[in-house]
Amino acid sequence: MALLQTEGLVAHYGDFQALFGVDIELREAETVAIIGANGAGKTTLMRSIAGVLRNEAASVSFNGAPIGAQAADEIMAQGVAMVPEGRKLFPSLSVEENLLIGTYGRKTEGHWTLKTVYELFPILAERRHNPGTALSGGQQQMVAIGRALMSNPRVLLCDEISLGLAPVVIKDIYKAIPQIKAAGASMIVVEQDIAQAMAVADRVYCMMEGRVTLSGTPDNLSRDDIHNAYFGASH
Amino acid sequence: MAYTVTTQTPASRIAAILGALAIVVLVALPFFAGRGTIQDMFFILTMLVLAQFWNLLAGYGGLVSIGQQAFVGVGAYALFGTVILWGLDPVPSILLAGVAALVIAVPTAFFAFRLNGAYFAIGTWVIAEVVRLLVAQWKTLGGGTGTSLPRDATRDMWFVEIIEETLGVRSAAARDILAYWLALILALATIGGVYWLLRTRRGLALAAVRDNTEAAKSVGVDAGRMKWIVFLTSAFGTGLAGGLIYMQKARISPDAAFSVTDWTAYVIFIVVIGGIGTVEGPIIGVLVFFALQSLLADFGSWYLMTLGVLAIVIMLVAPRGLWGLLSERTGLHLFPIRRRLTGGKLTASEE
Amino acid sequence: MIWVDTIIQGILLGGLYALFASGLSLVFGIMRLVNLAHGDLIVMGAYLILVLVTLLGLSPFIAVFIAMPLMFALGWVLQKYLLNRTLGDDILPPLLVTFGLSIALQNALLEGFSADSQRLPTNALTTASVEAGPITLGVMPLLTFASAVLVIIGLNQLFYRTELGRAFRATSDDATTASLMGIKPANIFATATGIALVIVTIAALYLGLRANFDPNIGPARLIYAFEAVIIGGLGSLWGTLLGGIIIGVAQTVGAAINPEWQILAGHIAFLVVLLIRPRGLFPRAND
Repeated sequence: MALLQTEGLVAHYGDFQALFGVDIELREAETVAIIGANGAGKTTLMRSIAGVLRNEAASVSFNGAPIGAQAADEIMAQGVAMVPEGRKLFPSLSVEENLLIGTYGRKTEGHWTLKTVYELFPILAERRHNPGTALSGGQQQMVAIGRALMSNPRVLLCDEISLGLAPVVIKDIYKAIPQIKAAGASMIVVEQDIAQAMAVADRVYCMMEGRVTLSGTPDNLSRDDIHNAYFGASH
Repeated sequence: MAYTVTTQTPASRIAAILGALAIVVLVALPFFAGRGTIQDMFFILTMLVLAQFWNLLAGYGGLVSIGQQAFVGVGAYALFGTVILWGLDPVPSILLAGVAALVIAVPTAFFAFRLNGAYFAIGTWVIAEVVRLLVAQWKTLGGGTGTSLPRDATRDMWFVEIIEETLGVRSAAARDILAYWLALILALATIGGVYWLLRTRRGLALAAVRDNTEAAKSVGVDAGRMKWIVFLTSAFGTGLAGGLIYMQKARISPDAAFSVTDWTAYVIFIVVIGGIGTVEGPIIGVLVFFALQSLLADFGSWYLMTLGVLAIVIMLVAPRGLWGLLSERTGLHLFPIRRRLTGGKLTASEE
Repeated sequence: MIWVDTIIQGILLGGLYALFASGLSLVFGIMRLVNLAHGDLIVMGAYLILVLVTLLGLSPFIAVFIAMPLMFALGWVLQKYLLNRTLGDDILPPLLVTFGLSIALQNALLEGFSADSQRLPTNALTTASVEAGPITLGVMPLLTFASAVLVIIGLNQLFYRTELGRAFRATSDDATTASLMGIKPANIFATATGIALVIVTIAALYLGLRANFDPNIGPARLIYAFEAVIIGGLGSLWGTLLGGIIIGVAQTVGAAINPEWQILAGHIAFLVVLLIRPRGLFPRAND
């Protein structure tokens, strides 16, 4: 049984429809990558799962229970944490406070504590008393990931964690993903960077214009398949 | 067939005819109505003027002022000052009341525009308090206890004698009729003026500023200048109304002339209940307000409590007020501002 | 020597204004809401204490501890079920709703308690004074000022040392992202207003002990509170205390010159600060 699943998920921004019946699933201990161009609906999908956008109850289920109609704080408390697009650190909070606030709605004992997050990203320990927004983009991304890990989530949603970062920094951040997997979280990673996504994912979904256009494992998808699913077959 | 851009709707044409009829009736009212009715109508018309100007400020300009009593009070005191100190006739002094309010509005805006949003609201209130406390120091005009218009000034007021003779009424009633006609002129000029302003390029720019300051800036609307224009216009009109109201009362004190309840709270309730951001709203609002006052005035504080609660409920349930509810249901616009394309066909181009 | 005395009295009076202002500052800092009924809520708090004193025969200093949880609950409910519905980009709904609330509350108090002025019962302690060299200081003003300092220390501790404080700051920064941390912004706002009304209750105690009060004095308290907040700089609690002191000193000095100038002098001090430092003395960096 899937740990997290969407079925016929639709989303609207006012009159604009952003998702047209998306079906994806995430199994226990799996990492799924969602790739697609700008505007494909990837972030909307993440926001729908996390409860920032409300949906029909049955369109998202977690652990067998419908959660589509729940608010973000309720979903988080059950163990679905998100690293939002753009990192979204709290400017009034220091690095350490940003990490600590990650446990506000869910205090579950597990692998992740301040200590283990600092071991994962040692630079954060050095800068723990700085305001979160005084850090470089890559370091801010580390804080955002650490903040989501602090609640020991069962599912970690990572939205565009490489966006706007230098390649060497992206490499540093992606180095952490196997460790996060090893500690027991199932993950959905949203990426525009196909190579990066393929390297960490067990399975891949490709989205275009609010629909899933392709899915499979990194091994059995060809470059052409992905290219067509990503940009449309006419290219 | 040519396209024309029009703001007229069939309803607005009918409204124009009915409006013209209503104006005729209102002008002729003193010929058949009693003194009590005239006084009530004076109250309604002056409150309507205050409401239109507050609506222009808050509903169109996004400037929520809780300090309009400053301009009522300054206007009223300017009228008393010119009559008592300079011996001017009260009727032309009304214009000076407007000018005085305009003059005070310049430093007021200078300070208040340094504050944003809600702080602007309280800032205008502080300045109104400062003006009230300063005026209370003006011993020649009675200081804190206030003063009255001299008897000969009110008796010999312009037009009073003609009205006495033409309508066969006593001097006191003639003064009320004069005040009523002046209030009618002011109210019609205000509605006409506000409606005209909103239909000009400036007025459309105003709506743009209210809806989105940044976007308005990007299409070249000078938001800062629009705020000044709206604030000064409202101050001038509010000052005229203040002068007129206290010409009719003939007795003034700082606490009454600068009352936040009488000249701002009531006015806000009128606009909110009727419908903020519309020309029709204050008209509906003032009628509802007057009806409520007639029904509940004997209950003292219950009356104000009801108004407060009503304003809260309307703001939460129907933020566009009674007129908003009505025009949503019926599509009715008596003072249409939106421009519509009529004539011609939208499908084929004509060679 | 009389001037030193006047200024010290003014500083102590500033403590009262800082108490008026702290709740306003707290609520504005967290949800950008200016509650125009703030002054009337202070007056209501004073009546609540008076009722408890009269009904239960308690000392006002005991009654205030019963009033605090009641006022917290009122603030919580008020925010959760009324004021939260007005929050958004449009500034009109919160302003007009709280203005309506102010007028409704004032008149409800008039209906319930009449326009007669009241005072909380004083005892030997509240009328006592201490000699500090050549200057005589009232125990009440000293107690007021000390309470203001304690409230501000307490609020700073809450803000910077507790999980709730972190949630306050996070929600103030970005309510949507805060909800991803499991925070319910609606409840955070309700709690903040509840705490603001606890401070309002403390302010009400001193308001009622130091002078007469009646249902109509709320708006003036709102104005003093507002002036203190703006002078101090939005969001700075120590700035708010300094703002209160500036208003207090201006008022006592004004009154020493001419009793009619007391209130006016406070307002003028505010306008002067607004002229020189439009963002207050300690503006917050990220506003």
